This record gives sequence, C-alpha cells and structure tokens, in this order.
Amino acid sequence: MAGYILRRLLATIPVLVIVAVLVFLMLRLTPGDPAAVIAGDNATTEQIALIRNRLGLDQPILAQFAIWAGNLMQGNLGESFFFKKPIGELIIGRIEPTLSLAFATMLIAISVAIPLGVLAAYKHGSWIDRVVMGFSVMGFSVPVFVIGYALIYVFAITLGWFPVQGYQPLSGGFGGFLHRLVLPAVTLSVIYIALIARMTRASVLEVLSEDYIRTARAKGQVERKILFRHALKNAAVPIVTVVGIGIALLIGGVVVTESVFSIPGLGRLTVDAVLARDYPTIQAVILLFSGVYVGINLMIDLAYSLFDPRIRY
Amino acid sequence: MAWRLRSLVAAAAIIAGASLAQAQTTLKVVMHSDVKIVDPIWTTAYIVRNHGYMIYDTLFAMDEAGNIKPQMVEGFTESPDKLTYKFTLRDGLSWHDGKPVTSEDCIASIKRWSAKDPVGQKLMTFVDAITADDAKSFTVKLKSPTGLLIFGLGKPSSNVPFMMPERVAKTDPNTQISEFIGSGPFVLKQDEWKPGDKIVYTKFKDYKPRAEPASGLAGGKVAKVDRIEWLAVSDQQQAVNALLAGEIDMIEQPAFDLIPLLKSDKAIKLWNYNPLGLQYTMRFNHTQPPFDNPKIRQAVTYALNQKDFLEATVGNPDYYNACKAMFVCGTQLASEKGMEGLLESNFKKSQELLKEAGYDGKPIVLLHSTDLQSLTNLGPVAKQLLEKGGFKVDMQSSDWQTVVSRRVRKDPIDKGGWNLMQTSWVSADILNPVMAGFFNASCDKAAFGWPCDEQMEKLRDDFAREPDAAKQKAIAEAVQMRWREIVTHVHLGQYNVPIATRTSLTGILTAPAPVFWNVEKK
Repeated sequence: MAGYILRRLLATIPVLVIVAVLVFLMLRLTPGDPAAVIAGDNATTEQIALIRNRLGLDQPILAQFAIWAGNLMQGNLGESFFFKKPIGELIIGRIEPTLSLAFATMLIAISVAIPLGVLAAYKHGSWIDRVVMGFSVMGFSVPVFVIGYALIYVFAITLGWFPVQGYQPLSGGFGGFLHRLVLPAVTLSVIYIALIARMTRASVLEVLSEDYIRTARAKGQVERKILFRHALKNAAVPIVTVVGIGIALLIGGVVVTESVFSIPGLGRLTVDAVLARDYPTIQAVILLFSGVYVGINLMIDLAYSLFDPRIRY
Repeated sequence: MAWRLRSLVAAAAIIAGASLAQAQTTLKVVMHSDVKIVDPIWTTAYIVRNHGYMIYDTLFAMDEAGNIKPQMVEGFTESPDKLTYKFTLRDGLSWHDGKPVTSEDCIASIKRWSAKDPVGQKLMTFVDAITADDAKSFTVKLKSPTGLLIFGLGKPSSNVPFMMPERVAKTDPNTQISEFIGSGPFVLKQDEWKPGDKIVYTKFKDYKPRAEPASGLAGGKVAKVDRIEWLAVSDQQQAVNALLAGEIDMIEQPAFDLIPLLKSDKAIKLWNYNPLGLQYTMRFNHTQPPFDNPKIRQAVTYALNQKDFLEATVGNPDYYNACKAMFVCGTQLASEKGMEGLLESNFKKSQELLKEAGYDGKPIVLLHSTDLQSLTNLGPVAKQLLEKGGFKVDMQSSDWQTVVSRRVRKDPIDKGGWNLMQTSWVSADILNPVMAGFFNASCDKAAFGWPCDEQMEKLRDDFAREPDAAKQKAIAEAVQMRWREIVTHVHLGQYNVPIATRTSLTGILTAPAPVFWNVEKK
C-alpha cells in the first residue's frame, strides 16, 4: 500500500508540470494585458509600456516561464500584480471559507442523498422513487445561482431566517459561522444530492437483486440491516467514486456560489484574478486546484479497498 | 435595603452610560468595485480615488458649485505678475501616525502626482520651482502664468493630488506605495483589509476639519460615524437584497434595472449625489483606415444621436441628459458651440460624407464589451446607427479586459487591431480640454486612439496658459470648433447613477465622488 501511495504521489509530478505549462501558455495566449488594465483610460502608450516592464511582462515568454518555474520550485508562488501581496498569503486567507463551504456542502449532500437513494431503491417503482428521481432531475437541471436566489428570496428576504450574503470566520463564533453558511451550503448541495442519490439508487437497486440479499432475507434479517449493512456496503464503490468526483466538481461550484453569497473564498479569488488578468494568481490557484483534484482521486482509489476487500494495491 | 436599591440603580446607570459611550456607529457599504490597489496615484481606477478621499486630504478641493476652495491650505498669496504663489498650511494638520504635516510632505506629494496625472504633467511645464519656506509654507514659482495651478491642486477626480508623507510620496510613481498613511478624516485599518472581502476605515480622531460647512469635496470634513466597511459584493442583485434586508446601509452604484425595486421600498432613499455624472464616449483609432480620414470621422458625428444610447443603457430619463456640450452640461465651460446639426442621426448627411471621402465599404471593427452592464448596450446601438449612416460594422464582442488590452494595440485590423470602442468617463475628469484625455492630440503621446493635430495641441496649451475664466471659456469653445473638424472622439450623452441608502442615513454630499464625511447614521 505504501509503495502504491508513493508511486501515485510521484505520478502527480508530471501531471502538475503539464498543468503548470498549459496554464502559463494559455494565459499568455489569451487576449488581455494586465498593464493596460492597471494603467487606466488616460494612460499613454509609454506609461503602459513602463508598467509592463515593472511587471516583467515585456520579457520573452520563455524567460517569464523560467522565472516563474524557478520561484515555484522554491515554494514561492509569486506576488499578485494587483493585490501586491504574496499569493501564498492570499490563498491561505481564502482557504477557510472555501473549505468550510465544501465540507458543509458534502456533509449535507451525503447525509441526505444516500438515505434518499437507498429509500428510492428499496421502494423501487413507488411514488417515493418517482419523487426522489424527480428531485434528482430538477437538481441537475436548475443552475446553482437560480437555486441560490430562490433560497435567498424565501429564507433570507421573506422569512428573514438567514442573512442574504457574507461569511463569518469560525474564529468569530460557531453560531454566526453556521448561520451564514447554511444557505450557500444548501444551495450548492442540491446538485450533489441529485447526483449521489441517483447513483446510490442505481447501485443499491443492482445489489438488491443479488443472491446474497435473497439469502439474508431468507435467514430472517431485518430490512434495515439488509439495506445498510449488506446492500449499501456492496454498492459503495460507485457511490464513493461519484462522491469523489463531486468533491472535485465542487471547485467549479464554489466559484458561482461564492460570488452569489459574497463569500471571500478561493472561487471569488479565481474570478477576480481572471477578470483582472492577474496571471500569477490565476496560475497559482489553478495549480492548487489541480493538486486537490489529483489528491482526491488518490483518496478515492484508496477508499475502494476499505469497502471492497478484494481490491488490493 | 433602599441604599442597596439606589446603589444597584446607580451601577446600572453607569454601565448603561459606559456602553452608550462605547457604542460605535458602523456603516456597511457596497461600492462599485472591490479595493485591490490602494495607491491613488499609481492607478486612475475610481474605486482607488474613492479610497483616497477616505484617508488622504488635498490642498484644495472643489465645492458643490464647482469652485476650487482651500482645504489643507489656510490661504495663499499670488504675486501681481501671477508667477509666484505662496501657500500656508492650516494649523493642526497631522498624519495618522501623529506626525505633523509639513510643506516638504506636500511638495513631494505634488511631484509624485504630477508625474502621473495629465493635468499635473501639463502644470509642471509651467513650474520653475517648488520650494519649502518653512514647515508650514511653500512657494511655487512659475515660468509663465497658468490657470492650472490652483485648479490642478484641487482636481476632483483621478488622479487626485492627495497629500502623503514625504517618505511615502518619494516612492517611484510607477511603483505602488507600501505605507498607507494619510491625513484625511478616516484611517485605513490595514489589519482588517482583506481584498475580495472588505476594507475597513475608522474615524481619525485627531483630524481637524475646516470651520466651514461641508460642500462638495470642500469645507469641514467631519466624520460622523466611527467605522466604515466597504464590502465586496460583486453581485448587484445580492447587494440590493442586502440593502432591502437591512444588512448593509448603502450601495454606491445600484444597477438601473434594479432601481424600481429600491424605489418601491419606503426604507430606501435614492440620492442624486453627482448631478454631473458620467459621459459615454466613442473613441476612434486614428492610426487605421478608414478613421485616419477626418471626413469619415465626421460622418460618424452625423450618424449618431445621444438619446438612443442613453435609452438603451440607462432607460430612465430621470438619470440621463442628452447633452451636446463636450465639457459637460451644468459646468462653467458648458457650451454647444460647434455642435449644430451633429448627433441628430442625419443618415443622409453621413452617407454623403462617406461618399465624398471615398469609403470603400470595408467593415469597421467595433470593440463591444459584454460584461460591464453600463457599457453592454452601447455596442448594438452604435452598430445599428452606423449601418444606417452607411458604414459596414463588424462588432466584436468580448469581456471588458479584452477590450482594454486590444484598444492599446496599433496593429492593422487584420492583425487584431480595432477601429472603434466605447467607454464612459466620470464627468469630473473631463471638465476642460487639458484634463479631458481624449482631446489630447499629440500623436503617439496621446491616449489610445492616438489622434494627431497640432492646432488642437496649441489650443490645449493656450487653455493651460490662460488664468482668466472668461478667456478659458472662449478657448474651450475654440477647442470644440476644432473638434468638429478633426473629431478626436464622440460624446454619447451624460448620465448619473444615484446612491441608494437606508433612510437611516443622512448627510450624503453632492460631489463629483462619493465621500463619507458628513454622513450620519441614526
């Protein structure tokens, strides 16, 4: 197992290198000039050129890449063109809101979706099954921002139960932290509830027709134990895969949700950096996201062996 | 027993009194943008200018009527030949770190500002020397008289000549400052500033406001709230929701389509705080055909009309003004001289001019920004009007930052170049021919579009040299007449965006920029 983990970790290096090169090149090839953005409407060509020089953007792309890669190897992500702060510091300041949102979202999604999926499979063909599947289709189809606005209208504006926007750090008190996190987390969880519930239903349904389930029933096992101990555990591998993919997809989801709810997380940082053509920040954030993606994939692979003893690395 | 009861009541009163004294008033505001940069000389971004007004002060300032009044300056003397000006600072001015403001600080600040700002650059061509007489006074000696000195030092919009401590002001103007100490009515709470989340200011307790009442950007800057938080809310609908729910106190620039929603709520008040507002503008690339031909540029002035642009972008006549005066309606230099027959969508005349000029029918590239709500609808209107006027238009849509990066390129059209783009200017930035950057016709040294016209440059120089207001107006009109010939750009109408607040807020000042002194929260 240790050897497998080491091999997988080593395999992430070329992946991250390819991501770094691609991101760097794509940013340089897409239209946009941070110097022109900084200079403003009144700036002369000379002033823009001077700013470009200060930012090092007048150097050949290869030289720019070499400087960036050299700094990266030393653990230095560089300095933001706009914020004038080390990017590492910017990212650290934004991790808590994003992680909190992601964790709360997945917690809600898993705790709601898995029981729903199991129930739908158990009551296959009934109205419960149809309601769960209907919700699932709706969850896929309605964009996150629409769900967000609808929830805000009902629970924040009409009922006044939750704040419209904003984030309170955990250090400011758990009550306030949770109060501000509920709406965005519920908003973002809808799509994952849909995804996971549907996959759970399909997997459990398949397992429920297996011989060992019939045997368990014949032995007089209670249905709850059959469902959650025998069926769900054997249906877990595809569910874990979907949950893992869901966590990775969350990276995209938080961008929209953080914007709608004004949460100062990594998603907002990414949007701000892209709009301002803040190259060093975009590069660092995408590299971080790629690392997270690779890490989650590794964890999913390792989790398989927990649910299916036949899988060994 | 009675004694105990009295003691308890007294103790409760003391506690209540103490907590009342400690009660802080906090203003939560959504500005038009997040503050990422905090050097108002390094960038012209309006959000940074607004930040500048929070923590810095100015030597002079524009009042509500548009007059330049002393601000940090107690007074000044002018020699009879108008070549020597002696300025004396007010008593009690201090930086946020407690050190006194000195004339050396002001000289260094003027120099840094003038290295970046177009008015400052022009002003410096007249300046022979700036010297400190003592800690509180300094002298400016001019080579020849100019009306730009006092106006420049009281320039209301980007770049504003904000005063900074000498050690900060000595920073290279092309490098961002790293210390944010001003002498203005509010202090930046650096430990609480989180770009992308919020920027926080607190009242500067040692600020000495002028005795006069606040007027525009001038007068007594009395901070009436203890703490101000500018929250970064990028979603307009969410900002409005937060204001309606009472989570925030103010939105600086609510979207026009959401204003009816705000108007329908009795707890919300709209303030038309900046009657001069903004001006939509179309810019030509003078280096590329067909707009290297002045006759073809003239054709555009006949094809367009302002009302169509304003209707499409603003929609509500309460907030727009079809105004042909290039130096903004409602100002001292406002005039419609030279504008007869223009901007009335006379398509026949436009087509005639195109025929005379030999326009070959090649499509012109119009850069169209799609992500800034205030600009998005300009492109389709321009395309339609220009096509009716005989042009063929290739409208290329992209996000604003792509437009910004393309507009500085002089490349031919087939290599990513451009012919036309549209933007919007804060009116306070275009009040005369020197500060209005699009009149600069100094070829390569001009702003993007690069118009080239010696006569226009001479008129702008004449304006800078002229200290007399009546003569300045005559020159401004001559500039407009020359503009009619060479057409550096086209103005597409004025509009203003109201501030929306909860009714608990009072004291919003009428000014060219949103400022927070005098604002009270009940």
